[in-house]
Order: sequence, then structure tokens, then C-alpha cells
Amino acid sequence: MIVGLFDNPLDIADEPATDNPEDGKTGFFRRLVQGLSSTRKNLNDGFSRLIGSHTKLDDDFMDELEEVLFSSDIGVDITMRIVNDLRRDVKKNLLKDTSEVIGFIESELVSIVRGAKVEPVDATVETKPYVILVIGVNGAGKTTTIGKIASRFTARGESVLLAAADTFRAAAIDQLATWAQRSGSDLVSHKNGSDPSAVVFDALKAARARGCDVLIADTAGRLHSKVNLMEELKKVKRIISRELPGAPHETLLVLDATTGQNAVSQARIFDEAIGVTGIALTKLDGTAKGGVVLNIMETLKIPVKLVGVGERIEDLRPFVPEDFVHAIFSDAFDSETDYHPSDKRPSN
Amino acid sequence: MLDNLSDRFEGIVKRIQGLHKLTEENISESMREVRMALLEADVNVGVVKKFIADVKQQAVGVETMRGVNPGHQVVKIVHDELVKTLGGQTEKINFAERGPTVILMTGLQGSGKTTTTAKLARNLSSQGYRPMLVSVDIYRPAALEQLKVLGQQLDVPVFDSTVDMDPIDICRQALDALKQTGCNVLVVDTAGRLHIDDNMMDELARIRQTVNPTEILFVADSMTGQDAVTAAREFNERIGMTGVVLTKLDGDTRGGAALSIKQVTGAPIKFMGVGEKINQLEVFHPERIAGRILGMGDVLSLVEKAQENIDQKKAESQARKMFSASFDLNDFLEQMRMIKKMGPLDQLVKMIPGMGSALKGVEMDPYELTRTEAIICSMTPKERSTPGIINSSRKRRIAEGSGTETMEVNRLLKNFLKSKKMMKKMGKMKKGKESSLLDQLGMG
Repeated sequence: MIVGLFDNPLDIADEPATDNPEDGKTGFFRRLVQGLSSTRKNLNDGFSRLIGSHTKLDDDFMDELEEVLFSSDIGVDITMRIVNDLRRDVKKNLLKDTSEVIGFIESELVSIVRGAKVEPVDATVETKPYVILVIGVNGAGKTTTIGKIASRFTARGESVLLAAADTFRAAAIDQLATWAQRSGSDLVSHKNGSDPSAVVFDALKAARARGCDVLIADTAGRLHSKVNLMEELKKVKRIISRELPGAPHETLLVLDATTGQNAVSQARIFDEAIGVTGIALTKLDGTAKGGVVLNIMETLKIPVKLVGVGERIEDLRPFVPEDFVHAIFSDAFDSETDYHPSDKRPSN
Repeated sequence: MLDNLSDRFEGIVKRIQGLHKLTEENISESMREVRMALLEADVNVGVVKKFIADVKQQAVGVETMRGVNPGHQVVKIVHDELVKTLGGQTEKINFAERGPTVILMTGLQGSGKTTTTAKLARNLSSQGYRPMLVSVDIYRPAALEQLKVLGQQLDVPVFDSTVDMDPIDICRQALDALKQTGCNVLVVDTAGRLHIDDNMMDELARIRQTVNPTEILFVADSMTGQDAVTAAREFNERIGMTGVVLTKLDGDTRGGAALSIKQVTGAPIKFMGVGEKINQLEVFHPERIAGRILGMGDVLSLVEKAQENIDQKKAESQARKMFSASFDLNDFLEQMRMIKKMGPLDQLVKMIPGMGSALKGVEMDPYELTRTEAIICSMTPKERSTPGIINSSRKRRIAEGSGTETMEVNRLLKNFLKSKKMMKKMGKMKKGKESSLLDQLGMG
């Protein structure tokens, strides 16, 4: 349903003008490239420099390639595999020129993304309310992401109720309350320090009584290694499932794109604890490439569903595998290259 | 903290220590392993490259000394190089020589600036300074509120900024207010921003100009990947930084950012955030952290924690009692509370050399101590002083009173008796008390 929500072209039409009115392009890739490559000139020119400075696919090239791949956070395993596969193909004379390398790597990475179990999100969920549980470590961007998702739903005319189950961090409830107001959603909150499960329980009751379409539960940021906090989260999930069988319909793990290999550990442990149905990758508008999600998709088969490429509501976008992989290497392309991936977007 | 990195390193260290003869080949092989361990820990590729080159160069030059295992010498080189990469010596906060000190907190979104600001305020107060806090984050919803709430908890004044004010104006007014309140340190919490957001970086530069900080602390998430250096470098170039605070080190991060940031910016890491509680901000000691990474433990920090949190006289009398026959459940409870004050058990245990890997995979239940406490508190004074009288009906009552099971009451009593016996023996032998403490906790 989340993917469906963001795919709806009507959503885009309702959006306020972009801050780049002259180019008028608000495509996902455009924003992604703008975000990922904003400082390409001096910061992330690894690939273009590599391709430009080498013509032969020799050991020197491979060593440098390895370093460039490492710097995108895709991790040791995938990096080594790509380099080894590349060496093998070069040996077999399947690849001869450095210019062919990007295509080679892109296809390897895209196949990893394609391998993630992209469960078709059931857009026809008839149950009301549709429950989204949002989890993640401290500072990943959970509350902001919730605000953006809620705004999407309400813009489409659906009623949303937010559950302020982060009862730990100072003023977290106020922060969500501001987003509730901005997005025109209802809010259920208790006092600071109260049991998050109780908040969720009341929110579910309220959502049903009021006939809300969507319920989004915010939770306190927690490091996945804290046993007691993970137990608390399990309880929250248990209460939701008990009160509304089949819920939560979406358990969204919010990941900060600047996170390194620890993101794999985050995804694995949160998944083991309560099951993660999708990832929202935030802060992709910086210089971090978020390559670690490839690692997650490969080892855990958890799909990335949303990416955050800016602070505006419309900057929360559906994840398009080809675009994402492409953007990792965007610096290898001419910045004026017009790439229109829309034909490759999932159609559900 | 940094467990995963130390796990990797412990194996490598053992292998290197086992080398009786150094050849270019086995040095290269070892360095390849070190390189992978560092890369997996998100240490920046450039930093890794330099690190490996430096260690390799020194390792090749190692002369075989009589009686000294060459492998041990290589480990020492790795250790020293780690210390150097982490910043060398421990660095403290700079204070203004005259007039008030201003500390400016900077960083990306979600790195932990506001929480760190509050923790720092507590740290400053405990040192006798009079801090005042101000937030200029007019962007993130409820950010101002967050700092105000934290200030209230700490009983530290927070300048009353509102979202309709301009950040520069807030700074000016806060500086004026500082003089009136009689506070001597102003900590300025800023909005999280991307290092490539020109407008926001300009704003930060103007804030900097306005408050003229003595200390600019860059707050960085220890889980950050390769991008850590990019952000840190930009902040350093555009705003400057006199120190770094590394946050969220209490998770299972391998903390590569710690090794990268100092190297790239030259700014020392001054503090680390090791928990959600307001007192869980610690001074960053490069030497000790290097020791932990290499699995050598950190006894110094453990001792310091004990000194900070435990009443010396009480501890001594406790220790004497522990080895005597009169040690009862009251003393046991007292001791447990002292340990609890020192911090989370799993963090403490890992500071003991060798314990980190010995307890690998053993999950420590943070509520274990709390439950044990509840059980003892549900006993009558007589039961506590003479545990022998606790029969099954008493056990049932105790279990009910403490919300536990009789099984747990049994286990506690059994552990208590076992460790008491052991301590009596040890008292005779007059050996150290560290292991017996662990025994008491059922971990011996």
C-alpha cells in the first residue's frame, strides 16, 4: 500500500511547486542524483577519475576500483565478489576496456536488488485501519518519515491517526503532534514515560471507533542491541496483532543512509525481533550513498520501499532499484545526462 | 561497545602473536586481515590505507630481539598505531581564560546533538561550572521543547527561544541572558544540517561568528559509514571544530568513524556517548579504546568507574565482610546496588581483560540485577540475615512478593551460598576480589 500510495501520479499533481521551477523535473532519479551527487565535483568523483585515469584493466585499476566500491558502503563481501567476478571476466576476455566496467558492476548490483523478496504489498487491504509500525535506531528519522507518509495519505483524502508511542525521548510527543497538525492527522498520546504498548492499544481503539483509514505508530529510537528495549518493541507488536489480527500490515524500519555496515546488524536484529516488511532509507540527499542496503537486500531479502531525498514532503519517494544503483555511480556520468527511468517503475 | 571489531581483532592478534619469524609474506598476510577488519568496521578506505602502510613499514623493520616474540612486537605496533589514529592523548574541553565559555554543538541530523548537549551540561555542572543551554534549532518540530525538558530534568537554565525567532537573534539574546543569570558556560545546540546544504552551513557560520565559541564540538554518530569523513571534513573546513563527540557507542557498532574522523579533521575525539541515560557521556581515552579494540580490556576505566560511584569506606568494609562468615543477604544487596550504580553490567564486564570474548554470546539480562534486588527486598530482615530459615512456604511468599518464581528464589539462594563458601576459601587465601564479585552474580 505504501508503494501504491507513492506511485499514484495524482499525488504528485497535488504537490506544491518545487524549488527548481525552471527545470520542472521532480523525477525520483533527478532528486536522487541531485542529492547523491551534489558535491560530485570535489567529493565523490572516485569513479569518473578511476575510469578517466586508467585505460587498462590491470591490477592497479582493480585495487583502485576496490577502494571506490568500499567508499559506497556496499561492504566487504559484495565488493570482493564484484572485483573477483570482474577479474574472472577480464581473464576470459569478456571485458576489455575500463569503460565497460560500470555497466558490468551495475548489472551485478541490480541483480542483487532484484533478488530481494519484494512481496507485492497488498494494495487491496480492506481492513481498516491499515496499520504501519515504524521502528529504528535513535536519530534515523522515524518521526519525520511518519510526518511525510501521513501527509501523503491525508492529501489523498484518507484519514490518518498517529500513535505517539515514543514516550521516552524528551518532547518526542510534541514533535509528532506538530506533524499531526501539519498533515491534518489525529493524534493519540499519553504522558511521557508511559507504556508504549498502552499508547498503541488506545490508538487502535480510537482508530476503529473513528473509522480511520490508516494508523501509523511512532516508536522510540532504540539501539537494536538493547535486549530490554527490543522486548518492549515485541510487546508493542504483540498488542497490535492481538487487537487487530493481521496487523501491523507494514513494519517499516527507518535506516539512515549515512550508516555503514552496522545497518546490516540493525536490519537483522529488528527483523528477528518483530519482522520487518520494508525499509525506508532516509537522508540520501547528503553525500552518503546508502550502499549498505544492497548488503541487506542480499543477505536478509528485506526490500527497500521508500527513500528520503530531501526535507520536503514530496522528497519521500518510492525506491526504484535501477535508479538507486545508477545513482551510486552517478558521478561517472555527465551531469547533464538525461535519464528517464519511469518506464522501469513497478506498476503496482 | 566496539565488540565486533575487537572480536575480529582478537583472532588476528592471536595469530600475529604466534608468529615466531617475521617474513614479508606473513606480515602482508596479517595486514590483509587487519585491513579487512578495519574496512568491515567502516573505517574510511583512505585512513585504512595509511594505517596499513604505516604498520607494515614498521613491522618490516622489526629486528628479532632475544627473548621477545616478534609477533608481540607487531601487535604493539598495531596498538600504538591505533592509539595514534584515535588521537594519541586524552583531550579535555577548552574553557575561556576570561569571560564566559561558549560551546557550539554542530552535526548532521540525528547524530545526537540535543541529547549530548544535555549530557554535557550535566558533566559541566558536576565539575562546578554553571552552564546555561540554548537551542537555535527553529526547524525541527519540538526541538526547542526537547532541550527545555532536558534542562528542567537537570535543573540547568535553558534560554527561552521560540520558533519565530531568528537563530542569530537567539544567540545574541542568550549571550546577554548568560551575564544576567550568572552562568559561566553557554552551550549552543544547533539544528542538524547536511554539510552540502549551503544555506544552512552559511547560517551556522554566522552563528559561529555571533557567539565566538571557545569550543566547537562536532557530534558524530559512531555507526556512520564511509561518509563520516566527508561530512566531518566539510564541517571542519566551513565551520571549524575543536573537538568531536562520538555518539551511540553503546550499540554493536564497530565504530570505524572513531578512527576516521580524527585522522581526517585533526580534531580530537573528546567525549563518547555510551547510553540513553543523562550521565552516560564519557571522556574518550584513545589508549584505552585501542586496548578494547584489540581485546586487551580496559581495567583503568573500570577502576575509575568504581571510584566515581562507590563510597570508598563502604567498599572497604564490604570487602572485609565479604570474606568473613557474617556476610549475609543484606551485604549482598548492598554490593549489588554499588555495582548497579557503576553502569550496565555487560559494559563493565567487557572492561575486564579477556572477559569480552569469554562472555561472547552470553546474553546479559539488564533486569537480572533488578530482579535479584526485588527478591531480596521481599525478604524479612530476619530472612536476610539468616537465609537458612527460608523454607518452601517462605520461598513462595518471597516469589510472590517480588513478582518472580520460586525457581528464581532458589537459584539466588544457591548462588549466594556457593559464592559465600568460595569467598570464605578465598579469604583464607587472601586473593583478589574481582572474580568473587562475578561469582556472586552467578557468572563465575
